[in-house]
Amino acid sequence: MAVVCFPGSNCEHDVAAALRSLGAEAEIVWHTRSELDGFNAVIVPGGFAHGDYIRPGAIAQFSPVMGPVASAAAKGYPVLGICNGFQVLVETGLLPGALMRNDGLRFLCETVTCEVVSTASVLTSGSTPGETLELPINHYEGNYTCDAETLAQLVERGQIVLRYSDNPNGSTGSVAGVRNEVGNVVGLMPHPERAMEALLGSSDGRGLLAAFVDAATKLAPTHFEAA
Amino acid sequence: MKFSVHVEVRGLPGIADPEGRTIERALPALGFSGVSSVRVGKVIAFDLEAADEGAARVAAEEMCARLLSNPVIQRAEVSIHSS
Repeated sequence: MAVVCFPGSNCEHDVAAALRSLGAEAEIVWHTRSELDGFNAVIVPGGFAHGDYIRPGAIAQFSPVMGPVASAAAKGYPVLGICNGFQVLVETGLLPGALMRNDGLRFLCETVTCEVVSTASVLTSGSTPGETLELPINHYEGNYTCDAETLAQLVERGQIVLRYSDNPNGSTGSVAGVRNEVGNVVGLMPHPERAMEALLGSSDGRGLLAAFVDAATKLAPTHFEAA
Repeated sequence: MKFSVHVEVRGLPGIADPEGRTIERALPALGFSGVSSVRVGKVIAFDLEAADEGAARVAAEEMCARLLSNPVIQRAEVSIHSS
């Protein structure tokens, strides 16, 4: 699978290591690539793509690699955005809503409890609804925001994948992660790749990424480029 | 013609503005009373070569829609002056 790296990304090696620990092949790809060949999934990792200038994800949405990322999403291949990667996917329009500054204006770096809401996604297909997970968050702009109509749609269509048990950042509907309508594109603020070993605090991210790897493995690697 | 463009990006009405709220709480502590509705935004200023003011406005508004602001949470006001 491809792990996209922008200038300012900083979680690409953690994500690649987490995927490899699950038996997947992971390759870090630079954001200037206008095609991705031989991949069956894409992850946009955390960090500060293009320095978060203007808004997190605002400039990254126009990096050449986002053409093939959008193509992978359209073809039903698994696409995951973690933290800054989630911000990139909402700016690109692959996921609904927006991420604003945390309520309280604090940079949050802590482990929080999240509840699995929808299991109809490439990230949560191995989980059970209501299951709670301990996952680290590490962000300043993770306050998920959308209008009331969009929130009602997300609830109705089961697009909320994860919810915070104790909303840390003011997110609308306590949303920690959402999926697209099909369920192959998921974005979340918590970092599952940092919750792979109980020794390091939590292994609750393992099941999420294992489900993602499973979903990808069912699909033949293919060629993605901008439509 | 060269125009000087001034774009002001602010949160949509009804969208939480924690920075504005914090300033609003801080000002009375310094003795400034009567302050309300504080909103914090961002100003982006640039020069733009265009045929006329209308063309400059169309271009600037498209820039706002595609990059300078996020219409889901923000609105942008464009003002244009010939420089």
